[in-house]
Amino acid sequence: MLSVKLFAKARDLAGSSVVQIPWSDGETVARLKQQLSELHPALVPLIPRLLVAVNNDYAADAAIIRSTDEVACFPPVSGG
Amino acid sequence: MITLTHDPIDYHALTESVRSNHSGAVVLFLGTVRELTGGRRTVALDYEGYPQMAEVKLAELEASARSRWPIDRVGIVHRLGHLELGEISVAVAVSCPHRQQAFEAGKFLIDELKVSVPIWKKENWDDGSTEWVHPGGEMSKPD
Repeated sequence: MLSVKLFAKARDLAGSSVVQIPWSDGETVARLKQQLSELHPALVPLIPRLLVAVNNDYAADAAIIRSTDEVACFPPVSGG
Repeated sequence: MITLTHDPIDYHALTESVRSNHSGAVVLFLGTVRELTGGRRTVALDYEGYPQMAEVKLAELEASARSRWPIDRVGIVHRLGHLELGEISVAVAVSCPHRQQAFEAGKFLIDELKVSVPIWKKENWDDGSTEWVHPGGEMSKPD
């Protein structure tokens, strides 16, 4: 399983600040987005612009995620 | 110095922390909770962060700014939690030998902070509704 932190509107839509996603090492960020869409359909409207962070850095769709990585998903940032 | 805090920002102390005899210029930027946005009235903002990544990204920003300008000292504080109208949400202080460098570095730091540091704000409008601010699209419709 992969533990995925959610923030801001992503957390509100999913109804949880952490979700567990079935995971095999070697799968990609794109696969994570697909899994989130299927397991948490409330997130679907966010998926096109959802940002994925792996180990405190932004990760592109092709990046590989291991189940031990620190993973977070969130919408575009709006600090300041 | 890079800090995320739930407490009011002491921008005087922050400014003092970047002053030194090596610098002839100190620039301070304050972001404050504004009342009007596109004709709608804000009564408060709620800020949420992903603290561990935010601190990493802020440290990267400082390093990036230091590679471009001869920065002496940098101080950045971002507030989290519930902020009323007029309160300070973010403070950026930077010192450099000369003013142009300090202005440019300060602008770079706040501009980049707003696009790369994982912090989010939620509007509390005067009609009682709330709305996450997520730049760039249809996601920003009211909840």
